Amino acid sequence: MSSKQLAADVVIVGGGIVGAASAFFLRQRGLSVVLLERGLVGQQASGVNFGHVRRQGRFLPQLPLAHRSRDIWGRLPELIGHDAEFVVSGSIKVVYDEYGLAAIEQYAADARLWGLDLEILGKAEVRRRFPFFGPDVIGGSYSPNDGHANPRLAAPAFGRAARKAGATVLENCEVLDIHKDALDFHVTAKDGTTVTAPVALVCAGAWAGKFSAGFGESVPLVQRGPTMGVTEPVPYGIVPVVGVKSSNPADDMYFRQVKRGNIVFGGSVRNDAYLDERRAQPRPGNTLLQLPHLRRIAPALANLHVLRTWSGVESYFADDLPVMGPSRSVSGLYYAFGFCGHGFQTGPGVGDTMAELIDRGTTSIDLAPYSIRRFGATIGAPKANLATV
Amino acid sequence: MGQARIVIVGAGPSGVRAAEALVEHGIRPVVVDESRRDGGQIYRRQPEGFKRPYAKLYGTEADKAQALHRSFEQLRDRIEWRAETLAWHMEPHSLHVVQAGKAEVLPFDALIVCSGATDRLMPVPGWDLAGCYSLGAAQISLKSQACAIGQRVVFMGTGPLLYLVASQYVAAGAQVEAVLDTSASSHRLRALPRLAARPGVLLNGLKLVASLRMAGVRVMTGVTPVEIGGSPHRGVTGVRVRDGRGREHAFGCDAVGLGYHLRSEAQLADIAKCEFRFDAASRQWLPRIDEDGRSSVRGIYLAGDGVRLAGADGAEAAGRLAALACLADLGITRSEPEVAELRGTLQKMERFRQGLLQAFPWPHHAAAGLPDSTVVCRCEVVTAGELRTAVRDLGACEINRAKALCRVGMGRCQGRYCGHAAAEIVAHAAGIPVEQVGRIRGQGPVKPLPISALAVGGAN
Repeated sequence: MSSKQLAADVVIVGGGIVGAASAFFLRQRGLSVVLLERGLVGQQASGVNFGHVRRQGRFLPQLPLAHRSRDIWGRLPELIGHDAEFVVSGSIKVVYDEYGLAAIEQYAADARLWGLDLEILGKAEVRRRFPFFGPDVIGGSYSPNDGHANPRLAAPAFGRAARKAGATVLENCEVLDIHKDALDFHVTAKDGTTVTAPVALVCAGAWAGKFSAGFGESVPLVQRGPTMGVTEPVPYGIVPVVGVKSSNPADDMYFRQVKRGNIVFGGSVRNDAYLDERRAQPRPGNTLLQLPHLRRIAPALANLHVLRTWSGVESYFADDLPVMGPSRSVSGLYYAFGFCGHGFQTGPGVGDTMAELIDRGTTSIDLAPYSIRRFGATIGAPKANLATV
Repeated sequence: MGQARIVIVGAGPSGVRAAEALVEHGIRPVVVDESRRDGGQIYRRQPEGFKRPYAKLYGTEADKAQALHRSFEQLRDRIEWRAETLAWHMEPHSLHVVQAGKAEVLPFDALIVCSGATDRLMPVPGWDLAGCYSLGAAQISLKSQACAIGQRVVFMGTGPLLYLVASQYVAAGAQVEAVLDTSASSHRLRALPRLAARPGVLLNGLKLVASLRMAGVRVMTGVTPVEIGGSPHRGVTGVRVRDGRGREHAFGCDAVGLGYHLRSEAQLADIAKCEFRFDAASRQWLPRIDEDGRSSVRGIYLAGDGVRLAGADGAEAAGRLAALACLADLGITRSEPEVAELRGTLQKMERFRQGLLQAFPWPHHAAAGLPDSTVVCRCEVVTAGELRTAVRDLGACEINRAKALCRVGMGRCQGRYCGHAAAEIVAHAAGIPVEQVGRIRGQGPVKPLPISALAVGGAN
């Protein structure tokens, strides 16, 4: 291992999809970048999530960010030279009862004002268009321009593109210390590498809290791991990404079929996750709990097998929103972390927005809901609301 | 305090001997096995109603097979026997099993994993054609169902199983076109001192080879596999190899049995977070155990081919020894002279194991020479070229990263059959030692779990 003394316009701590995309878009704007990643780019939550490129169901004020990101997803080949297997497959959220139906109808009406068009399908229509659904499904909300991508490929592709565009991307380079003197941030890594930069962006996901705390900005971040699994390949037939809207959070299963045939699934229940182990294991019992949900949504899935399960270390805030924007106390310091299990779709857009914010001092995206200021000086450890949408 | 709950995974030589030791000490263990019957792979029992005699099924090992089966029958009422049961996952102190569509949790104080081994495979162009089987599969088909994998069969690879299966096919009346060994005779000569640790086994091996030659089977050593020929609609039609002098030889056939010795089935140990270490002699990662079979995780014991490939006799000794270690850890006294004797037996087996590795080395260098178009991961159809691209263009110098970026080892077999070769290809392409490439992380389920499974008695 060789240590380096580096200087740049921006130092980025954390090489998930947010860090990698930020590095890429900062280079597009001509700023010099050093990105430090403790392991490999996209190895943690960015690489092991479900891969849903989804706007439907998001917190409404987040839709402009999601639209911005969706636009980038559609242009990946021209931007980063790789499509990350993104397909505009459509995405459907199905319901089992009148509560669910009312909820998706309300959301569709509200989302239209934010520029997202959703189609509400009744029982007959949903069955006609997607005959794999079981009898309990009485309707659905269809988002034609959402889709899915391969999380294992997306962040590494952004990392490579950033590097190709001139960013210094250091992997296996764990940041031990970051502090600021009158002018610059000084970052020291485990291998002795140091980086000096007037601007620092902390996007270290579940591990970001220790860095913000170092600047006096503790955050009540809790860690959880999704319960993910994949089946053997079967002929491609389930085109849209499927999810459930229900009053019971346990019903919240989701799955998608990749073109080579495997069906990736997750949802319903989460696992404990550990920062020190850097890994989260899905509990076998949680996988078993998912199976009846899969059979309920699409009974034919009962004929398949689960080949592999996995989890990852995600981080959640109680209000289900990330921290994104400038520090409240340290100039030149920016944050983008804590995406509460739905940061994959927005990742590229977050990178683009953070690059704009750092470059121009302002952005067209309203970041007020995500300010670190919303956590007061006194920090408890509130239970995260783990219901996802 | 109630009786200690001990679960044994596997009812082959090590599992049965482990159960026997526990029963002798007043414990009623749970014994889980995927098969319908006991015996494991080597002493696999034929289905009820099949009448082949022991000598015909197990050859020189007939007495040992019969002894193990008899021991199991005597234990049958003193253990909780769960046949056709897959141990698909585990957590501390609970084993997750599924049987006939019912998923259950078996709590345990101690777990003895006797999970055996599967074939170790090196890809060759055409090994994804219909009619290409592993040596183990070729043997199971014969032993269990009295079926051959083809009418005219070529066996290729290396290791004792290569000759054993070929001779079993000859004895069963199958047409064996050739036995093609990648290991040169010189390797075997050099290994003789170590192999002499078990003179009887060595002699049996030599007799096997002689019997093949006597039966007129072409036996070639030191070959380099070139290709398994055929087409998708016809399947396998032949095999081409190069001999030590570079001359090419072709053999017509309709089936190929392929295998390069064995690899331990260590998924449960991996899920249990047991420490692994790189075994340089076999170039594979194996769980670390002490001389009695204790893993690095308290309460988890590993025995038999699932942790060290010492063969059936070694597995019997290791199974018993692991059970005795487990008993000692539970505070139940055991016979120390017996423990010393078993340890001595295993040392001899270890010396023989080293001899086998020397005599039949894993041809790791072959990975470097595989054409880019060769399919490496048959489940996910990942070629050597795609894997090399992941290394050279995408920077994947670690096997799990390579898996993430190009799907190698991601399919139904979870890297069992391509993982070792894939690691060699990555190592060569990256120019680093194979141990630096790491090993494919074990993830549940150990084998595919049916989505139709119903949880019995609560999922957790």
